[in-house]
Amino acid sequence: MKIVVLVKQVFDKDSNINVSGDGVLTNREDLTLSTNESDAYALEEALQIKEKNGGEVIVVSVGNDSVLTVIKDGLAKGADRGLHVKIDNEESLDALDLAKLIHASIKDENIDMVLSGLQSDDKGNGQTGILLAELMNLSHASLVMGTEIQDDNSIRVKRELEGGWFQWTDLSLPTSLTIQSGINKPRYSSLRGIMMMKKKPIDVKSAEDLGFTALQKSKVMKMYIPEKTKETVYIEGSVNEIVDQLMDKFANEIKIF
Amino acid sequence: MSILVFIQQENGKINRLSLEAITGAQQLGAKLNQPVTACVFDENSANELKSYKLDKIVCINDSQLVEYNPITFANVMEQIISNENSTLIIAGHTYEARDWIPRLSARLDLPFVSDCTGFKTDPNFVVIRSIYQGKISSDVSIENNNGFISFQSGSFRADEIQVGSCEVIQVSVDLSQSTDLVRPGEKFQEATGAVDLSRAKIIVSVGRGIGKEENLPIAEELAKSLNAEIGASRPVVDYGWLPHERQVGSSGQTVIPKMYLALGISGAVQHQVGMKGSDCIVAINKDPNAPIFEIADYGIVEDLFEIVPKLTEKLNAR
Repeated sequence: MKIVVLVKQVFDKDSNINVSGDGVLTNREDLTLSTNESDAYALEEALQIKEKNGGEVIVVSVGNDSVLTVIKDGLAKGADRGLHVKIDNEESLDALDLAKLIHASIKDENIDMVLSGLQSDDKGNGQTGILLAELMNLSHASLVMGTEIQDDNSIRVKRELEGGWFQWTDLSLPTSLTIQSGINKPRYSSLRGIMMMKKKPIDVKSAEDLGFTALQKSKVMKMYIPEKTKETVYIEGSVNEIVDQLMDKFANEIKIF
Repeated sequence: MSILVFIQQENGKINRLSLEAITGAQQLGAKLNQPVTACVFDENSANELKSYKLDKIVCINDSQLVEYNPITFANVMEQIISNENSTLIIAGHTYEARDWIPRLSARLDLPFVSDCTGFKTDPNFVVIRSIYQGKISSDVSIENNNGFISFQSGSFRADEIQVGSCEVIQVSVDLSQSTDLVRPGEKFQEATGAVDLSRAKIIVSVGRGIGKEENLPIAEELAKSLNAEIGASRPVVDYGWLPHERQVGSSGQTVIPKMYLALGISGAVQHQVGMKGSDCIVAINKDPNAPIFEIADYGIVEDLFEIVPKLTEKLNAR
């Protein structure tokens, strides 16, 4: 199995992201970067499929040189090689642009599977893996919570539906799966893995080399702090004062006693 | 130019998010001065739509459309969009819509702006999306107002659908090109005797802020003293600290308790959709910028490990 895993670098979930009046992120330099959560599960799933069935795992990430961190992390965990799709303004791409760029970068690889996280923790479009399936004429499944390779031509996946329902679905290979977080327990990289990583190749393809032009058919015009839908009453003071006030709210306003 | 609203149904029952999407489509149609056509794959559902203010109802009755299949759905919708000259295609952000729309988006080279919470038309038409885990909102434009939009649960109210009368037009489509790349099987539920949080009066819900599994008793004791059910956000379930049947949010349960007490929950959009209908939301989180405070009635910006044990003590002494 030749498996491509799409891994995105995002601002850490706990980051205090701030925007100015004209909609520009103001504190970019202060923010911690990390691997998108569901992509980490996708990588682990790819590594487990490879361990069971043999093959190769290629970690692909799009962005400036900073994304080399997430590629190297993937290599240290056991991926075989990396592909850095280099573009400076990744954030200005819409979902369709991003999928076309990734398509251009991997279309010459004869792949069996594309694995990606269900959704990114930054823009959360939740589309890349499925867009890519259509562009590359692959089958696809989203919200994947389990995988079982059947034979050289098919895979069975467990999809998570709504309200606690699941569904087994058979797919023809090659396929693109978007992985739900919680599907497995992502590994940590070992010291040996980190040493091995240094010898693994990372290809670089720039957007210009690939002849890519962003069309930006959908475009963020403005970013801002969300308008509050509710007037929140903040309860402040010492711990004892807060608890007393809360007890009072429970009894007299929320009326739960 | 026209607006097409896709109606998802299951066993003849229209999905609530699709009803909300109709309200959204009607409001948008009025603002942009465009007719609104509804499209549905079931006769009973089509008849239910007759009493709404719509310009056209397109019904496709075909045995291949009874069970959801992304390839088939995309193929059918491609034909409908072409026949109807639809420019804006609107759907509720259901697990089906988010699964088939991207395929058509790529095929037609039209953008899909997913999981929106509303729109503005002054001065220009934009849709509103929440990004960075709900910390930031964004206004997104769509080139030539030509593309797909899905609206998140609760973006519009189903009880605000404008009534009217409209005829159903039966349409047949060519499904001969359908492939069997994707072969969906039976649906099943995993946990038997699953907890039904939707009936709980009080829910104490735990997020990543609880830190580690060993800290869970702090929340469990508070729940006990309030006679409440324990709920959780997605990460807590992913880490295996609580079972899936306790999960609140888009991939878990939707709850409407009298009080929802959120402990260390940041309140990402996926969590909010499952609990924002609660009568009263009380949030304890040491991060003042946590999105949960946007929807909380009462907010306490403190360390939960300071507040919760004291609160339990007071409740038990009562």
